[in-house]
Amino acid sequence: MNAWFSQHRAALASAFRRLWSTPLNTVLSLLVIGIALTLPGFGYVLLDNLRDLGNNASGVQQISLFMNLDADKKDIGEIENRLKQAATGKWRFVPKEEALKRMQASEDMAEIVASLPRNPLPDAFIVEPTNSEPEALEILRKEIAGWPKVAHVQLDSAWVKRFDAFLKLAKLALWMLAGIFAAGLVAVTFNTIRLQVLAQAAEIEVARMIGATDAFIRRPFYYYGALQGALGGLLAAGLVFGALTLLAEPVGELAALYGGSFSLRAPGAIEVAALAAIGAFLGWLGAQLSVSLSLRKFD
Amino acid sequence: MIVASNLSKRYPGGYEALKDISFEISAGQMVFITGHSGAGKSTLVKLIASIERPTAGSLVVNGQNLSALRRSAIPYVRRHLGMVFQDQKLLFDRSALDNVLLPLQIAGLPRREAIRRASAALDKVGLLAREKANPIALSGGEQQRLAIARAVVNRPTVLLADEPTGNLDSDSAADILEIFAEFHQVGVTVVVATHDQSWIERYHPNVLRLDHGRLVA
Ligand SMILES: Nc1ncnc2c1ncn2[C@@H]1O[C@H](COP(=O)(O)OP(=O)(O)OP(=O)(O)O)[C@@H](O)[C@H]1O
Ligand SMILES: [Mg+2]
Repeated sequence: MNAWFSQHRAALASAFRRLWSTPLNTVLSLLVIGIALTLPGFGYVLLDNLRDLGNNASGVQQISLFMNLDADKKDIGEIENRLKQAATGKWRFVPKEEALKRMQASEDMAEIVASLPRNPLPDAFIVEPTNSEPEALEILRKEIAGWPKVAHVQLDSAWVKRFDAFLKLAKLALWMLAGIFAAGLVAVTFNTIRLQVLAQAAEIEVARMIGATDAFIRRPFYYYGALQGALGGLLAAGLVFGALTLLAEPVGELAALYGGSFSLRAPGAIEVAALAAIGAFLGWLGAQLSVSLSLRKFD
Repeated sequence: MIVASNLSKRYPGGYEALKDISFEISAGQMVFITGHSGAGKSTLVKLIASIERPTAGSLVVNGQNLSALRRSAIPYVRRHLGMVFQDQKLLFDRSALDNVLLPLQIAGLPRREAIRRASAALDKVGLLAREKANPIALSGGEQQRLAIARAVVNRPTVLLADEPTGNLDSDSAADILEIFAEFHQVGVTVVVATHDQSWIERYHPNVLRLDHGRLVA
């Protein structure tokens, strides 16, 4: 147990030393790995933010219900009852007089409204369903459309649907991108480790001759690959933070233009740790493949 | 300690370097393997160190039959053996002390204990003052002594050397020989391959004389 621990500590220390002893190579490899992880990492953070945006945009997922022009108090009461029973969420009745008043309040419209012989606007309900899933909204829309004296139901969720489809596509693209860059990371580690093995050929040969096990010889390379990957992951997290900081101001301004207050959410500690862990795993994988191949000639 | 029965080694090319050899070396003996160049001395040393495998017969070292050894068991057999190679195989990317530390790192010794032992081994071969030197900065005789320190630092039961005085002048060679004699005196089994006859006249060890792969004495 003691020997096991001290051997692992020695392997880790030797991995650090090897990284440290070739600073230029190390920096270049870390940059390659860091950038390879930055793109998917940044994409992930961006998608995460967009999904929040989709979920939080209030007043967007609403259903407008327009009554027939000849609908009377009784009909309106009936609809109110049905909305209550359906318990769909918040709803508000907008009488045609109120709608007209609002139009008059708007400068551009006032003139037109004044020239009208009578109020052309219908009574309306604005429904804000609790369940804002696109599918649920669509079902609700169909149901309401079948109610008596309902002239038209408008679902303001067309863009929600499009947005959802876009997110799905973007997610897929992100996975593909991540897969490609992961393969790249494995390949980069594979190559660094291959060069390491060549550079350490004398040591490996001597160690073998005087009783080193395969595990003893491989261990420092695994640590090297994993360490390099983890450091690359941390570098990627740093780059993502940097990009978000640069984007924060323009995004804030854009949001303000639309009267909202939206700010990009930066990755948390768990996400940074995950990025480092993914880097470590891929680095370890590259080292594993490389060492298995490179050490064959020492048999 | 080392028992060979009808041992043969045929190299992949088809050349038979050792032919039907039988001998027994008991614990604590000092044995020289001699013979002309190409007689098979290095081959026999490599078989004992399980660097090469016998193609026929059996070779038992420390109770382990090397012909029937699993690949994964080889490292542990080698650890009981102190090996001094014909070309020394020192590592020139680290200090003398770090060269001697390598077998102890392989064995997984705690660093403090390892350094203590490595220093003791360097002291034994008279190199303690040069522990920080790179082996490249050492003389031929000093390099050979460093190789011996690395071979004995793990306190092996068998010390195995191939031409340890190959390129040394006679004074340095005598020093090396004296070191082997000292290990022999404290009970280590010493096996040395050499074509240097002067050794034999001086120490009267047991001799395995090879001639074209056959044992003649
Ligand atoms: N790897 C190998 N493949 C093929 N033949 C080999 C190999 N190693 C050695 N031999 C042959 O086996 C024979 C014995 O070689 P070995 O190295 O054991 O001789 P030696 O007694 O140590 O000679 P020297 O005194 O020159 O070191 C030689 O003829 C050599 O050519
Ligand atoms: Mg030889």
